[in-house]
Amino acid sequence: MPEERYDGRFDVEGGNFRNAGQVSSKIKNILKDIGCSSDIVRRAAIVTYEAEINIVSYARKGQIHLLAEPDLVRICVDDEGPGIADIELAMQEGYSTAPAFVREMGFGAGMGLANMKKYSNDFEISSVVDVGTQVKMIINRSEG
Amino acid sequence: MTLREVKEILEAEVIVGEDQLEKEVKTAFSADLMSDVLAFATAGSLLLTGVTNPQVVRTAEILDIAAIVMVRGKWPSQETIQLARELRIPILSTRYILFETSGKLHARGISGCIEKVGGKTDAGRTI
Repeated sequence: MPEERYDGRFDVEGGNFRNAGQVSSKIKNILKDIGCSSDIVRRAAIVTYEAEINIVSYARKGQIHLLAEPDLVRICVDDEGPGIADIELAMQEGYSTAPAFVREMGFGAGMGLANMKKYSNDFEISSVVDVGTQVKMIINRSEG
Repeated sequence: MTLREVKEILEAEVIVGEDQLEKEVKTAFSADLMSDVLAFATAGSLLLTGVTNPQVVRTAEILDIAAIVMVRGKWPSQETIQLARELRIPILSTRYILFETSGKLHARGISGCIEKVGGKTDAGRTI
């Protein structure tokens, strides 16, 4: 049984596409190192990467908090940015407000939040317009 | 099939990973939308795409993709090449279009990561 824990926070800079994905890579390696199964590592890396792309695409800055416990991995994403006015609409696959430069990278097709929800066992999102957005995702390690 | 065979079938040029051509691949996923790649591609697969920016390498890294094949004669930027070298992810470039690239590999035994959407994953989640 995986026993090791991890608790750490990572800053993500808005608009910096050069480094987009670096935090997700780091998180992926940390989870691998503490003995998470490959399925858990993969799901955590996917949801973190989508979240990181969102911060880079829309927010001024953000922070990703990774908490790994023996039974779960929790990823909390907190950004300072424009926020989301209609969360229900934003959750719909295919709905996107992404500008062209985000689409050119292969993102911004309105799949990000849906992917995050799909790969999490528990997904919560809240947002305040002109303040920022918070996403909390839990992945159960017992499933891996 | 090895990457060397992939290279020969697609008459591809190896841009990164000349030393990894003995790597074995059995499955592939074709898309230009990275969110779809994240949603459906599986570890150890080939990624066939027309996207050339560094995000394609990051996406491949996140998913443990075996190699990237850029189609339609697309060529990666210097930044993309650098990141791929750093992360040891092979990049090939073929002049065939995505449809032909996928078809040629499928005809030689490479199958899709998933056949269609709407099924269940191993962990029982709907995809």
